[in-house]
Amino acid sequence: MIPDALQTAVHVALALVMPPLLLGVIAKTKALFAGRVGPPVLQLYYDLAKLARKGSVFSTTTTWVFRAGPVVGLATTLVAMLVVPLGNHGAPIAFTGDLVLFAYLFGLGRFFTVSAALDTGSSFEAMGGAREATFACLAEPALFLGLLVLVRRSASLSLTTMLGPALRSEWAAADASLVLVVVSLVIVLLAENSRIPVDDPNTHLELTMIHEVMVLDHSGPGLGMILYGAALKLFVLGALVVRIALPFTTGNPWGDWGVFAVGMIALAIVVGVVESVMARLRLLQVPSLLVAACILSGFGIVLAR
Amino acid sequence: MGVVSRLDRRMNEPAWMVVGAVALVASSGVPGLFLDRKSRAGERIAAVVMAAGAVPGVAGASIAAFADPPPAIDLPWPVPGGAFSVAVDAISAFFLAPIFVVGLLGSIYGLEYWAQSTHPENGRKLRLFYGVLVGALALLVIARNTILFLGAWEVMAVAAFFLITTEDEDPNVRETGLLYLVITHVGTLSLFALFALLHGATGGFDFAVAPGAAPSPVVASAIFVLAIAGFGIKAGLMPLHIWLPSAHANAPSHVSALMSGVLIKMGIYGLVRVTSLSPAPPVWWGTTLLVLGGMSGVLGVAYAIGQHDIKRLLAYHSVENIGIIAMGLGLAVIGRSAHRPELVLLGIAGALFHTWNHGLFKALLFLSAGSLIHATGTRTIDRMGGLSRAMPRTALAFLVGAVAICGLPPLNGFVSEYLLYVGFFHTVARSGDNTWLAGAFGAPALALIGALALACFVKVLGAVFLGTPRSPATRGAHESGHLITGSMGALVAACAALGFAPLAFAPLFDRAAAAWAPEVAPHLMPLAAITSLGWIGASGALLVATIVAVAAILRVRVRAAPARMALTWDCGYAAPSARMQYTASSFADTIVAFFGRALRPAWHAPDPHGLFPAASTFESHVDDAVLDRVLLPATRSTARGFGWFRWMDRGNSQLYVVIILVATVATFLATCGAHP
Repeated sequence: MIPDALQTAVHVALALVMPPLLLGVIAKTKALFAGRVGPPVLQLYYDLAKLARKGSVFSTTTTWVFRAGPVVGLATTLVAMLVVPLGNHGAPIAFTGDLVLFAYLFGLGRFFTVSAALDTGSSFEAMGGAREATFACLAEPALFLGLLVLVRRSASLSLTTMLGPALRSEWAAADASLVLVVVSLVIVLLAENSRIPVDDPNTHLELTMIHEVMVLDHSGPGLGMILYGAALKLFVLGALVVRIALPFTTGNPWGDWGVFAVGMIALAIVVGVVESVMARLRLLQVPSLLVAACILSGFGIVLAR
Repeated sequence: MGVVSRLDRRMNEPAWMVVGAVALVASSGVPGLFLDRKSRAGERIAAVVMAAGAVPGVAGASIAAFADPPPAIDLPWPVPGGAFSVAVDAISAFFLAPIFVVGLLGSIYGLEYWAQSTHPENGRKLRLFYGVLVGALALLVIARNTILFLGAWEVMAVAAFFLITTEDEDPNVRETGLLYLVITHVGTLSLFALFALLHGATGGFDFAVAPGAAPSPVVASAIFVLAIAGFGIKAGLMPLHIWLPSAHANAPSHVSALMSGVLIKMGIYGLVRVTSLSPAPPVWWGTTLLVLGGMSGVLGVAYAIGQHDIKRLLAYHSVENIGIIAMGLGLAVIGRSAHRPELVLLGIAGALFHTWNHGLFKALLFLSAGSLIHATGTRTIDRMGGLSRAMPRTALAFLVGAVAICGLPPLNGFVSEYLLYVGFFHTVARSGDNTWLAGAFGAPALALIGALALACFVKVLGAVFLGTPRSPATRGAHESGHLITGSMGALVAACAALGFAPLAFAPLFDRAAAAWAPEVAPHLMPLAAITSLGWIGASGALLVATIVAVAAILRVRVRAAPARMALTWDCGYAAPSARMQYTASSFADTIVAFFGRALRPAWHAPDPHGLFPAASTFESHVDDAVLDRVLLPATRSTARGFGWFRWMDRGNSQLYVVIILVATVATFLATCGAHP
């Protein structure tokens, strides 16, 4: 066993340092599929270091709400990071109903990100904001249905206990509901993090984008915070999926951290593969995908126990 | 004997405080009637008397909430079946607090918003009925005699009518007032039937059922259905909400705040009292409340998204929030049927806490909307824009209200939704009965409502306060004065206090749940033990600390390098104009289309012809489908069907008097043998 203080320190350090790596792995996977060399795996770290030192350009239309967008977006994800368990290790903050806080923190981040987009007065950015707010209306219920399956299986109301050591024996019970939850949560993960097939983070056509178009006007350190916040959000939601999909324990606390880290990189590779082999859906088809995620989790609730 | 009565009197002092407060508040507008219609003295006296009533009223309620037995007053009243019988238990105390708080703040706000110097034609009338309304609301929640209750109910309904029709020179306002008056009396009619059934079952006029005198299941269910109809109309549950949007839109803003924040909660109060009467309710009661609540919640917010008028939009959000409260009450009733004390506590606590929260943040939003209307002279969202520069305080108040109503941390709306989620999770976490269906329906519905509300309020915030001004009226806007911003500031502080320190209020919910379901009371765990309200408050503080820290980092980094100002990047377009901005309607378009089957949006699109089409206009609006497509056609065809009955309707007063006389004598003859 390792002391709680050290465990919290490892949790925070890993969650702060690792997220940009995941985006590097995704980019490298996509490059391999395309037959390119691709950017270095650590590219986002370099970008963040550069953006932190660069000057900013602010639109004359904007007010303090525009600057609050990146700040609140990053701060809410940081607090959500403290609530989610990483692998077999519990979260530093765990209490009855912490999953509600977890889900609603992303809501607060979305509120300010979209408001910042509207603050620029640009139609393009407002269009992205409208899409983000619209698709979230289906992603939120899907996330809650997925969490309900976990609540029902584990009879507990905290992320740390419902993703605790008992998870492995639940898999051994060969119950389909966990499979359904994993698939459903992966869809939510792709939608919430604006990945293909919902949104394409690399496109440069403003009319078709969701997340990237919302943040068109940000620059310098503010843009850096948005990029880092997006990576952290992928990490936090990914941790949920990885823990359910890979509920292994090694018996050694450091080994468990290793299992988790390897799982996260595997998840990044999976996301990269999905992005390489799939095309982006038409915007009007996105709701169907999210409704499918809701239905999968709905079946999961019926099947659980 | 003397000792007992003195003790008795001291115990009942809180009830006397509340009754005194009711009297003061109700008469607050009277002195102004004797003063000049433009005089500032009348409105100031009204506000001071309102404060003199509201402060002891809240104090009395908070003492009474923890008193055992509940402080009560019983005085004879020479009305047949009536008695001046009032009691202040935890549930009454719970509803009294927002009545007095919102009532007082609205009165202060009204000093600037509806000053008698600028509205001499109706300022005194407004003050008189505002006071009467607040007094009637407070009397309503402490009345224990059904006749007294109905009396207070009718005074409330009529006072609200005169407030809605404050600007009765406008035909729209008169039409709205008439619709309200008709519908509210349909509700009152069901309440008469309800109390008649209750009287038949218990033999008394007390708003309570003595142990052992429970009505038969059929009568109990009839009472429940009548309560859904009568109280549901007042609360604005979805198919019964038809009076609500136009009434809230046309009343002066501080009256809208009082109506939306407090008055419609009287429907909830009635439902809470009636459901409290049955110790073993059938499962379908709870299910009905839950499903109606979910429907109100989702469709209410969907209608809200389609609105162009900021006050109509806020009114539809009341329908949504009443739905959330009804879901909580439904959960509590289900818990009572299934003998699950934790569901009873979480359901009642969630419903009542959301009643408070909605009262505060909706009042805040209506007051900010009023401040906007005061400054710009329009209620149309798409004519505003960029107002956060001219009206920074109103913008901040609206932002806080918007975050709170979306149920987002760290404000109060999040806490009540958290309680409901925990309740729904409890139903799902235990197998063995069918209550898990409630959670599997309730939690995703609540998530959907929350996400839709977020889309709606981001839309309003963006279209009204952000970007650039869309019309000349908006360009000349100015911030409101201290009375308006001060009353909004008080509500902002209240929203924050309930969000950061919810644990302090947990004992009150324990008392309220015990008062609602006395038979469950011995099995109730304290709310603080089955939830983590302390952590909720602490995580709010942590969130604020993180935001401040990240903001400090950004500030340092931005200052470290040269920053410059430029035009918004519009894909290279160098001359963006205000009219090129995304409108609120465009923002909402996808969601409105998604709910198209329920909302029936109307489009009036131009049909351009030729190479040089003439100038044309485009218009879209979402009208109330229940009113326009169901109720009005139904009443029209009913009126046609009863055309033959009009032979009586000859404008001959003598004939009417004869008919009334015959009907009275017939009723007298039919009933005089009923009670020996």
